[in-house]
Amino acid sequence: MIPEGFPILLTLMWAIPVLGMVILMLIPNRNERAIKWISVLITAVPLILAIFIFINFDRFSQEYQYAGRVPWINAFNIHYSMGIDGISVWMVLLTALLDFIGAIASWGVSRDWAVGKSVKIYYVLYLLLEAGLIGFFCALDFIVFFVFWELTLLPMYFLIGVWGTEPRREGKIVRGGPYAAIKFFLYTLFGSVLMLLAILAVYFNSDPHSFDITTVKLIGAGPLAVLVWFGFFIGFAIKVPIFPFHTWLPDAHVEAPTPISVILAGVLLKMGGYGIIRVNLPILPEATKYLGTFLAILGVINIIYGALCAMAQTDLKRLVAYSSIGHMGFVLLGIASISDAGINGAIFQMLSHGLLSGMLFLIVGVIYDRVHHRFIVYPKDKELMQEWHLDPSLAGKPAFGGLGLKVPVYTGIVSLAFFGSLGLPGLSGFIGEALSLLGAFGRYKVLAIISVLGIVIGAAYFLWTIQRIFLGKLNPRYDKDAGGEEYDEEYDSHLTEINGRELATLIPLGVLVIVLGVYPSMALNIIKDSVALLLKTLI
Amino acid sequence: METLDNIQSVSKFIPELILIVFAIAVVISDFFAKGRRETLAIIALVGLIATLISVLAVSIGETGESLFMGMIKLDSFALFFKVLFIIATFATILFSVRLKEIADVHRGEYYALLLTVTLGMFLLASATNLLMIYLSLELVSISSYILSGFSTLKPQRSSETSFKFIIYGAVSSGIMLFGISLLFGMTGISNINDIGIILAGKASSPGEVYNLTILLSILFILAGIGYKTASVPFHQWAPDVYEGAPTPITAFLSVASKAAGFSLLLRFLYSAFAQPVAEGWSHIGEVNWPLILGIISALTMTVGNLSALLQNNLKRLLAYSSIAHGGYILMAAVVLTQQGVQYMLFYLLIYLCMNLGAFFVVILIADKLGSEEIDAYRGLRSRAPIVAVSMSIFLFSLTGIPPFAGFFGKLWLFGAVIEAGSHWYWLAIVGVINSVIALYYYVRVVKAMFLEESSETGSLSISRPHLVLLIIFVIPTILLGYIGQLWKLIPSSF
Repeated sequence: MIPEGFPILLTLMWAIPVLGMVILMLIPNRNERAIKWISVLITAVPLILAIFIFINFDRFSQEYQYAGRVPWINAFNIHYSMGIDGISVWMVLLTALLDFIGAIASWGVSRDWAVGKSVKIYYVLYLLLEAGLIGFFCALDFIVFFVFWELTLLPMYFLIGVWGTEPRREGKIVRGGPYAAIKFFLYTLFGSVLMLLAILAVYFNSDPHSFDITTVKLIGAGPLAVLVWFGFFIGFAIKVPIFPFHTWLPDAHVEAPTPISVILAGVLLKMGGYGIIRVNLPILPEATKYLGTFLAILGVINIIYGALCAMAQTDLKRLVAYSSIGHMGFVLLGIASISDAGINGAIFQMLSHGLLSGMLFLIVGVIYDRVHHRFIVYPKDKELMQEWHLDPSLAGKPAFGGLGLKVPVYTGIVSLAFFGSLGLPGLSGFIGEALSLLGAFGRYKVLAIISVLGIVIGAAYFLWTIQRIFLGKLNPRYDKDAGGEEYDEEYDSHLTEINGRELATLIPLGVLVIVLGVYPSMALNIIKDSVALLLKTLI
Repeated sequence: METLDNIQSVSKFIPELILIVFAIAVVISDFFAKGRRETLAIIALVGLIATLISVLAVSIGETGESLFMGMIKLDSFALFFKVLFIIATFATILFSVRLKEIADVHRGEYYALLLTVTLGMFLLASATNLLMIYLSLELVSISSYILSGFSTLKPQRSSETSFKFIIYGAVSSGIMLFGISLLFGMTGISNINDIGIILAGKASSPGEVYNLTILLSILFILAGIGYKTASVPFHQWAPDVYEGAPTPITAFLSVASKAAGFSLLLRFLYSAFAQPVAEGWSHIGEVNWPLILGIISALTMTVGNLSALLQNNLKRLLAYSSIAHGGYILMAAVVLTQQGVQYMLFYLLIYLCMNLGAFFVVILIADKLGSEEIDAYRGLRSRAPIVAVSMSIFLFSLTGIPPFAGFFGKLWLFGAVIEAGSHWYWLAIVGVINSVIALYYYVRVVKAMFLEESSETGSLSISRPHLVLLIIFVIPTILLGYIGQLWKLIPSSF
């Protein structure tokens, strides 16, 4: 039960970014330094609040904490109701952390990839995005849930469209920020309107009519329940994204500016996984069990397909984007198992993937800021090279090689993130994948065995990437000592070591990846009671 | 519910009389107010305010009295629409002041005709008699025909528009009249409530009642109503007329005239072809006209949205979008519930704000740049930031995206359909898929404004009163959905 009363602390969490928007609007446009500092300070507040909530979180209580609700539209029994449990507390913490880090990573907003575009509006939209994300993970009333869910769409559209990459022609399609933004918008809206119908169906089939996520239920696995289940599922599946609804993701992630890619991969994808756990499982328990195998098969497809696609990429950012699809497959597999280990694993995997994919996109950003492309190997297509403003004579040649010698610190951090992502024991990625597989093995032995293949392919492409970029001989283009004809002084001068600001964004994530890998109970202790409660309603 | 005779009714008819008086006053002062055309607008606006006050004074506290021996009815349903019409006409007049598109010599007729359309819509929303329905429908139509021909930008185009409008209008009202005559022939009476009682079999009829005749009569009547609400397949006039008419009139037609059509649809069909049951109505006998209405609704939104995808002229795009919105609104009418009626009226209110707002932006930009093409909107974010942001809010609200009011409106339109049970789920699914299609063309405009650069820079100077008027539309477009008290003011029956 959610106690009556106003959820002050959780409201502050999303209201402060909104307040921050108003403050930013009042600062004149030319005052860029002030805008950046104030934005970072504003995003720090929800982070501090989230840490405060986390420290004071009573992990032995199975109730929703910091919860409260007040009537909003009485005619339809709509409440403004919020609260967090062991699952959402992690999501909120992850959101606040990544938003803070993203704000720092956005420092280059006026310098590198968006000359002449307003820094102020960028941060205003960024804060709106944060408000939407935090509100979403705290919401316990379907209407509030849906409003926050959609609230993330608008800023995301503009952030990708305006501050993303310039439009460029690839074959028949004009790719680039605007293309990716509309694709993202259309896909997500399609999912959300179906979800809206599902919400209404749940509302009108509950007695008394209610939008309360914590109490409504649709028992049985009849046609209605299955239909409603799919309504919710497609909405969430597009966000996760689950094959075959994933095609917006490589575009959106690749064309978005670095900090936005971080938020997209780190937090936005989690909205989908979180939604399935928060809505499909408890509200449609029997339909979920009935469709469990279907869910598991989709999970396995995601794992294998994502890994294979990643392996085929020559664009580092695309590779990272596809690896997300693969990793989110484990979340789905864990949920499908409907077992203690599986669901714990799924949530842990979301957390771990949030940290790791955040790191990966920041890493890509570091390289992109220096050389303004992200190819591991230059494309063979000369026209495409021109679209990227690259020298066509380089087409088909490797872009890097032996970078470990030039930038050792950066190489070290990349290795940490890559090893974490490929599931090296001792880092967080391993725990999430292992637990999900453990859970899945109890119910779907064959599928679990097949999905292990995904880890192998994952190891293959990550190691191969390290080899192609960081190991081996120095690329003659920046090997000054060899003094070959191909030596390009300008290119060489761009390849500098990672700087302090970039390190500041990467190190907190790296530390958490190691801490959670060595001591996963830190997270699992809090998650497990909420999962146990969830499973009680399921079994 | 009592029926008043002609003499008793006059005191309740004051709002309509005020409209008539002011319409005449505008025409007369046109002779004297040469060179000071704004006085005419002021007279018309004062007339509307006086009407609003008298409408509220007359209607509040009434419990559905029939005036003039059952010709029109004074109830909260009619009151709601009357207020809606006054707001729409008021806004239209404000849009037209100082607009180059309307010739100064014609302003007298222009404002007077706007007041007569309003009068017609007043009567349409409250008519309960077949004759009264037809007369008021014609009053609205004929005034609209003339109004759509006022544009001086492309006079020939505007005349063509007007002519097209007349032909379509005449044909469909002719068909409707035939439907009405069938109805009258079967029952021998002209009060729609009494007709409903006879068709439901609760009273004996002077003539024979056949299901086929009822079906034909419904179809013919739907032709007339469908023309007013621009529903497929009676929508063809709309894009041409909306494009050719002066933009304030386009805004007016797409909001007020459409709302009047829906008020007629609800009152006529629900009274004559359905009988009241608990919390709603059930359609009479074996004629499943709600299904026909459902199919029309699905077709209307689909055709409207798909056609809008291809438009490069924003005015035309909004015309198709308003056809699609007619389809959405119709969704709530097919389920025959009191909630459905309430959701519909709620949506009409929100639609009024966001659609008038969007058309106002078209008016402003056309006035400054002389173009209604989407290309003209390129780079508007730096040239006129407030207008660009407001336009985005209107368009996202039309799409139905939270946190804007359009979302809450659409939420309950879908709610009405889902509530009615699983046999209507298909309509809801068609509806939501249409919402996604609609996003594409609305976002094209947003994209032009924010994501594309214009060859011309230099900010557009929009006058302060215009900006204030724009903000007045933005505020309800954001807030209307959050006001829980609003629901108490919206009638759910008549």
